[in-house]
Amino acid sequence: MSLLEVQNLSVSFDTDEATVEVLDNVVFQLAKGETLGVVGESGCGKSVTSLAIMGLLPKPAGRVTGGQIIFGGDNLLSYRPEQMRSIRGRKISMIFQEPMTALNPVQRVGRQLMESLQLHRPETSKDEQLKISVELLDRVGIPEPRQRLTEYPHQLSGGMRQRVMIAMALIHVPDILIADEPTTALDVTIQAQILELIAELQRENGMAVIFITHDLAVIAEIADRVVVMYAGRVAEEATALELFAQPLHPYTQGLLDSIPSLVGIPKTQLKTIRGMVPSFANMPSGCRFRNRCERAQQLCATEVPKYFDAKDARSVACHFWQDSVEQVQ
Amino acid sequence: MNDEAHPHLLEVHGLTKFFPVKRGVIPVSVGQVHAVDNVSFTLKRGETLGLVGESGCGKSTVGKTLLRLIRPTEGSVIFEGRDIVRMNRRELRALRRDVQIIFQDPFESLNSRHTVRKILSEPFIIHKRGLNAERKQTEKLARKEDAKQQKKLSPKAEREKKVYELLNRVGLDESAANRYPHEFSGGQRQRIGIARAIALKPKLIVCDEAVSALDVSVQSQIVNLLLDLQKEMDLALIFIAHDLAVVKHVSDKIAVMYLGNIVETSTSENIYLAPRHPYTQALISAIPIADPTRRPDRIILKGDVPSPIQPPEGCRFHTRCRYAQPRCSEEAPPLEQASARGNVACFFWNNLKLPQTQTQDVVST
Repeated sequence: MSLLEVQNLSVSFDTDEATVEVLDNVVFQLAKGETLGVVGESGCGKSVTSLAIMGLLPKPAGRVTGGQIIFGGDNLLSYRPEQMRSIRGRKISMIFQEPMTALNPVQRVGRQLMESLQLHRPETSKDEQLKISVELLDRVGIPEPRQRLTEYPHQLSGGMRQRVMIAMALIHVPDILIADEPTTALDVTIQAQILELIAELQRENGMAVIFITHDLAVIAEIADRVVVMYAGRVAEEATALELFAQPLHPYTQGLLDSIPSLVGIPKTQLKTIRGMVPSFANMPSGCRFRNRCERAQQLCATEVPKYFDAKDARSVACHFWQDSVEQVQ
Repeated sequence: MNDEAHPHLLEVHGLTKFFPVKRGVIPVSVGQVHAVDNVSFTLKRGETLGLVGESGCGKSTVGKTLLRLIRPTEGSVIFEGRDIVRMNRRELRALRRDVQIIFQDPFESLNSRHTVRKILSEPFIIHKRGLNAERKQTEKLARKEDAKQQKKLSPKAEREKKVYELLNRVGLDESAANRYPHEFSGGQRQRIGIARAIALKPKLIVCDEAVSALDVSVQSQIVNLLLDLQKEMDLALIFIAHDLAVVKHVSDKIAVMYLGNIVETSTSENIYLAPRHPYTQALISAIPIADPTRRPDRIILKGDVPSPIQPPEGCRFHTRCRYAQPRCSEEAPPLEQASARGNVACFFWNNLKLPQTQTQDVVST
């Protein structure tokens, strides 16, 4: 049984010119305790998906136009705002790319942590809250936690700020932690620390993680299963092992080929995907990837590829996915 | 100024930059940020040096001092035999024909109120190279070949022609000339930044995180463009980035920086196969690999980079180094030759194990 099921989720945004459909029939499931990687480039809809799950779509511009998000037997989309508040931070928590924008710059770290504690665990006394705050910071690997509580966010490094955000997300151990590009702004050695921390917390608490990133290498590192998104649609889904061993969608193949390899020969031409991501105002008909796809044929322009159950519990949205299998053989 | 007299296009000796830290209503200097401390390297024509290191290691400061956008505290930067540090304004202006820079976010370095035509015409106007925009040798050639045709064009028309040539060269449509920077995507804007940098046919381009903000599929396009241009124009590149995989892919040699020092230099192949400095080893082991079947033995460094205002005594890495000995906190290790084309600044590099044998449980405190 899945912990979370996103069923045919569609989301539209109103812009000055028109209404654009930024998510189109997005489908995936999340099992208890697993790490699901959601990968794609800027504008593919990966962040909008997470905001929709959290009920945090910017209003009134963004709205869900179809689909369901099933969590604990209920459709989260039917929840009233106060019901959502009881889910957020308790059952589903979220951390963002730039903790500086998520933390209040003019309040000390301690005050912010204790404010969340007061909100989520009002039964605790001030002393207990202080004690829990110190424990939480200690748990996420912040040295001298008592000292840090009296500091402002700008006095902490990027890695430390992200640790504070993770500490806040752990006030209630959530069923699901949504991490939206949590290491993108960090240096690699700090990124390694944070990835290790998230994996460790997951082992301890058995929470499920939705890890959103543009970095396929990070996905390979932490994800059990991967959803690849392109221009608001799911291109393909597979376990991490399968996806990297044999990508079925031409977009996934292109992405994997574009990464410079550490063992490759320097100063040789990299493989590229021609052209660029289309804007939502100018989406091609049929398959949204067809303008950049080397496999594209007439059918791709006229018909949106169905999301096939391709093979071995893998899904792919490409009319000609079977070519990928033949390519390898 | 020919090639024989100066085998190196660029020679950097003992480059040092301290920024004063000022406090108070009447600002008084209370300390110094040791941004770059005694950095030396050389670069040949057509060669690429990758500068890698984490935030605050001083790699961007090095890049900016090469164009003297920042004046170094000490040291010399010799470009084609002349010291950039001692140049006057006129000489500097001439220098910037030969040395250009591309930034991470072209949106901030392109004037948002100018059309692309104006942005790309400016180098020719500033350097008074309207009619005879080519370098002197090519100018002579051109005069011989199609003297008549050249004369027919007015300076403005000549510039126009150049702008279209540039746009074509970087893979943009000619119609781009009439548009403004905000009308382009990140990758296209970076193409405009590159077009402007190559306008005057420079000999050296500093790429400061030039592809870091781009999506993977666009990043590979821009990397290919830079590699093409380098071959075509015999360009030397200083490629500054925190993404080691990209740096390794474009560079001939790599210098790893930590807290203002170069801790290791090597060829771009060897730095991955045989990193010698403990910091380089940790840095490389931290890079995620896009292959779930390969799990590197990761060296997790404890804590953050120390403050560059009071960098640690002795070896600056000793506070996070798992091999540190008492000597490391007293004495700074010099950058010494470790192989035919590699230098390393560590007292014990010869006794360290290579990362293949490293295990994850060894962590410094």
